[in-house]
Amino acid sequence: MSSVITSSTVSAPVPMQRSRGYWASVWQRFTHDPVAMGAALVVLVLIAFALFGHSIAPADPYQSSMLKRLKPIGTPGFPLGADELGRDMLSRLIVGARLSLFIGITPVLCAFVLGTLIGLVAGYAGGLVNTVIMRVIDVFYAFPSVLLAIALSGTLGAGVVNSLISLTIVFIPQIARVAESVTTQVRNRDYVEAARASGANAFTIVRVHVLGNVLGPIFVYATSLIAVSMILASGLSFLGLGVKPPEPEWGLMLNTLRTAIYVQPWVAALPGAMIFITAISFNLLSDGLRSAMDNKS
Amino acid sequence: MLLYLLRRMLYALPIMFGVALVCFALIHIAPGDPLVSILPPDASADLQAQLRELYGFNRSLPEQFAMWVWRALHGDLGVSIASNRAVAGEVFTAVGNTLRLALVATVIGFMLGCLFGFVAGYFRGSWIDRAASLVSVLGVSVPHYWLGMVMVIVFSSQLMWLPATGAGPGGSDHWIWNWEHLQYLLLPAITMSVIPMGIVARTVRALVADILDQEFIVGLRAKGLTHLGVFRHTVKNAAPTALAVMGLQLGYLLGGSILIETVFSWPGTGFLLNSAIFQRDLPLLQGTILVLALFFVVLNLLVDVLQTLLDPRIARA
Repeated sequence: MSSVITSSTVSAPVPMQRSRGYWASVWQRFTHDPVAMGAALVVLVLIAFALFGHSIAPADPYQSSMLKRLKPIGTPGFPLGADELGRDMLSRLIVGARLSLFIGITPVLCAFVLGTLIGLVAGYAGGLVNTVIMRVIDVFYAFPSVLLAIALSGTLGAGVVNSLISLTIVFIPQIARVAESVTTQVRNRDYVEAARASGANAFTIVRVHVLGNVLGPIFVYATSLIAVSMILASGLSFLGLGVKPPEPEWGLMLNTLRTAIYVQPWVAALPGAMIFITAISFNLLSDGLRSAMDNKS
Repeated sequence: MLLYLLRRMLYALPIMFGVALVCFALIHIAPGDPLVSILPPDASADLQAQLRELYGFNRSLPEQFAMWVWRALHGDLGVSIASNRAVAGEVFTAVGNTLRLALVATVIGFMLGCLFGFVAGYFRGSWIDRAASLVSVLGVSVPHYWLGMVMVIVFSSQLMWLPATGAGPGGSDHWIWNWEHLQYLLLPAITMSVIPMGIVARTVRALVADILDQEFIVGLRAKGLTHLGVFRHTVKNAAPTALAVMGLQLGYLLGGSILIETVFSWPGTGFLLNSAIFQRDLPLLQGTILVLALFFVVLNLLVDVLQTLLDPRIARA
């Protein structure tokens, strides 16, 4: 009896397997990319440092000691040495992840929201509105980004908020340009035309038909900006325009340790290595995301 | 073609106007009275009014803007509050120094970038490709100010091969192309070249991979063309875009050199900007940014024109 059933199920036409959804296939491609997974792991560790740094750090990152200044890497009690005020480097590097990631990622997030909004309006409205918005964007785009960031935060004055504002202004034009170009492409598709013909208003069309199709590419582009933003934000702190002492932040630490490069060169170079590792990881993560979301391959 | 170039040049004018407007606005978004840094704390109201008159701060904003642009067009960018010297003179000396650094850096970056990019694109998928791609990811991810510090640590403080800071015995205005001066240029230039190297390598790799996929290459190969012949065709097709990227990178380096110049105390625009910011010398800040930004716009224009001349298809598109 059972054999009959088996043979009949085998001979029966196999029902078509339901094709996996777009996001499932993106996830599948992403998890099979060893480089991207490695980068994601490093980013997760850094995020853990940022969230729970104070509990992970072996010592108090603010506790200074005149006797223990500029200890080399490997000193007992100071695995990564001590800085110019005798504070434990390892703890400061771990706790420093919070501010460094915060000032690096926040501008990209803000610029992602604002830039997408501006690009959507320009791309969907088209015509004169588009021309006006995009010409203004072009003006800001005409400044090299480092120059614009330093010019803005230099005039606004030193401080975390000012450096966040200036970096956001730097990234808005870049994201808005991408958002405008993808929105313009989607706007001319037949399904948008059909929605308009069936009486949907602009808001509904943008929300239902446009947004879902443009957010992906804009998001991938925005993730590629995080590394640049991290380097720039820490660079502003390095110049003395961002985070103020004694807060642990990698760029600022690099600045205050600069005078010590003839005494403890490798301790002085450590904070920059953290910025480097973070930037590499975000770049590789973004590359992995881009190829995972690429439908063509 | 001529029409296209003319249109492209006309299009740059409103951008330049906008750039000037942003630079002008900088002084007015700055918190506090721009006169505060030059006035003695016990300055009389009379003196205050006099200086306000002198710098033109008592007029309406559009009037101030018009005056500022008019003067800038005549090469007068105002007077530095800190040094009391003409901003234009200071900026041009500094631009000369930065340009020298940026040019050398761009040339190094372009050559290395092309090499890595070409090899990676030609041997796509092989380990050479992966190694070259890794180098370009490292190039775009490295915080260049940190790389500068590491260079100083390795080549100045440990090996003692090259000087750590400054622009040589001639100081900021007397540069001579000899080893005595050149040794000061090497470390900052190599540090700076890493950014264009990464970006040029990425671009060239994509270009070469794209070109090699095209049918005419298959055709050429089928015709029996040697590797060298195919190589020549690839270079010819990749050159316009690669050169354009290099031109833009030169512009970015000019504007983005501030961090590297600070590390190496190189007396260029970045160094000037840095001191302008910390002395709150707003005319100097404004003038430097204006000159650098206009330079970038003009450079963009030149790159576009050159690219169109090299590849006439662009004008027809």
